[in-house]
Amino acid sequence: MQVRAVNISKRYVGIAALDDVSLTVQPGELVALLGPSGSGKTTLLRTIAGLEHPDSGTVYFNDRDLSDSRIQDRGVGFVFQHYALFKHMRVMDNIAFGLRARSKDKPKESEIKRRVLELLDLVQLSGLERRFPAQLSGGQRQRVALARALAIEPSVLLLDEPFGALDARVRKDLRRWLREIHDRTGHTTLFVTHDQEEALELADRVVVMNKGKIEQSATPDEIYDTPATPFVFSFIGESSVIPVQVGNGRATLDERLLDLDIGNLPDGPAQLYLRPEDVVMVTDGGPGIPGLVVSTRRIGGMRRVTIECGLARHRIEFDAPAEIPINNSQRLTIRVIGGRVYGAGAEGYETEKLAASATSDFKWAKAEGWLDR
Amino acid sequence: MTATAPDGARSFRWRRRSVLPGFGLSLGYTIVYLSLIVLIPLAGLGIRSASLGWDQFWAIAFDRRVLLALQLSFGSALIAAIINTVFGVLVAWVLVRYRFPGRRWLDAAVDLPFALPTAVAGIALATLYAPNGPFGALLDDWFGLRVGFTSFGVVMALIFVGLPFVVRTVQPVLEEIDRETEEVAATLGARRWRTVTRVIFPALLPAILTGFALSFARGVGEYGSVIFIASNLPFQSEIAPLLIVIKLEENNYAGATAIATIMLVIAFVMLFVINLLQAWSRKWFGHE
Repeated sequence: MQVRAVNISKRYVGIAALDDVSLTVQPGELVALLGPSGSGKTTLLRTIAGLEHPDSGTVYFNDRDLSDSRIQDRGVGFVFQHYALFKHMRVMDNIAFGLRARSKDKPKESEIKRRVLELLDLVQLSGLERRFPAQLSGGQRQRVALARALAIEPSVLLLDEPFGALDARVRKDLRRWLREIHDRTGHTTLFVTHDQEEALELADRVVVMNKGKIEQSATPDEIYDTPATPFVFSFIGESSVIPVQVGNGRATLDERLLDLDIGNLPDGPAQLYLRPEDVVMVTDGGPGIPGLVVSTRRIGGMRRVTIECGLARHRIEFDAPAEIPINNSQRLTIRVIGGRVYGAGAEGYETEKLAASATSDFKWAKAEGWLDR
Repeated sequence: MTATAPDGARSFRWRRRSVLPGFGLSLGYTIVYLSLIVLIPLAGLGIRSASLGWDQFWAIAFDRRVLLALQLSFGSALIAAIINTVFGVLVAWVLVRYRFPGRRWLDAAVDLPFALPTAVAGIALATLYAPNGPFGALLDDWFGLRVGFTSFGVVMALIFVGLPFVVRTVQPVLEEIDRETEEVAATLGARRWRTVTRVIFPALLPAILTGFALSFARGVGEYGSVIFIASNLPFQSEIAPLLIVIKLEENNYAGATAIATIMLVIAFVMLFVINLLQAWSRKWFGHE
């Protein structure tokens, strides 16, 4: 089932929760809605489910307009962060609830029982059908919630921060397991998360939201490699930001000329966004930016180093090999081998639309780094 | 320390380290307090009526007037508690689920039967529902129903004094019910009625039973409001507490305590049964 939300707007007491948002989810696609809290992602999900009514805009399942259809008739499987299980019902009755609630072609009790056991097997909870929710762990409860949603053979599966209340290990297991279930059942699935790692790992497509708008909708690779806006860049992964000046087709930092290809960026202040892997340490005495180490910490096989560069002490984070000892207050030189420049308007990188159109990508062929005049 | 029992997990120890200290002191206080306020007076009741001897006791217990009074007391308390349960849940529902002007006033009004001297309530109800009162006359004309000075009046008074118990026990539990469970029921295709009966009501049942028990217990013991609205005719509209007072006025202390003891036993058994029912419902519906 294709899900389409067209020009959805929703305001809560004057604040735009959704500002003219349009989103299409293709049949069988697994899409993540990613954003910070208050970005409107949950409101969008609830609007698609029919739990919220938009001020304007329309939701379609295939080409069916759902504006006047009731939640009960939409056939959505909804999973809440805190499971929302029926506490007074055993696991089997929780899962059977949707089947028993059908007014027409309600299956026979023996058929319901068969379906329930089948679903329990799918969510790997066989043997727990007579337990009450209070007797289950958080991960098990969320699986029951998912089985309950799948029981009605939903046209679309909607999950609101499904793993948000679980601890890190369980979350990882369930993530992998949800992907397997999706691949097996092929439901059109939309889930909300604020965890970028979860979104990038699990989804076919990631929709990044901020302040009631969609910032970018792309595959995990595209989101990470070519973020459309500074917001997406800084929200996904680690990033350092350095303000630079653009004038006469060149970029300068602290009045030092930088040998940067800045494309057609307009004159004025701009921001250079760097990922840790866009920066390397210069060990052969070549040119680069000198800086002072302010902190180091061990991350897996690498050492994450924070240095301060330039007069305004801009902080840059990068990864150095763990075997090279680096101490605080040590002086070292770095070289930039990647990154993105976003032209900033008067309001800095708040003007994301403007910035996005003026984005210039650069990968340095010569790997020369900054021209140290 | 050498005296520590080896099967420490099973044996109860009076002294043990705990993050909640003061168990001994607070339990001691609780026992002394309950003894002084509840147990000793009730024991006195038992001792006093025991002085009667079985023959006399049974004679009083199976006196027709006493039996009818007990029947009226427990019967009307039961009916009032049932009516209060239905409408108390409704009031709690309206107060919790809807936002409307004057909601806080209505909420406060629920407590009035707690605060008002029950005699005042009895007089007010008697005035309204007396055969010549504004409501009493109407009911008499339309339905031929006499409320004031009959056993209907007794039920009416008990409804009045018992209402807040149901509302105040159900209200907080209803507030706690998660909106999301209702939303999820809707997404699963459940119509509103099904959601209410299958999802909300079972969650409320223990609280409803508690409210019912409290309202019932209050009704059994009520005296002040009832004597004003019932005509208090022997064999007709005389409640057991009133009969006790009458016996006392006749200086028949043994008779009074005998009736009181019977009431106590019946009330205890009924509350015990309600508690069992409640425990069962908690278990059955997975509240643990």
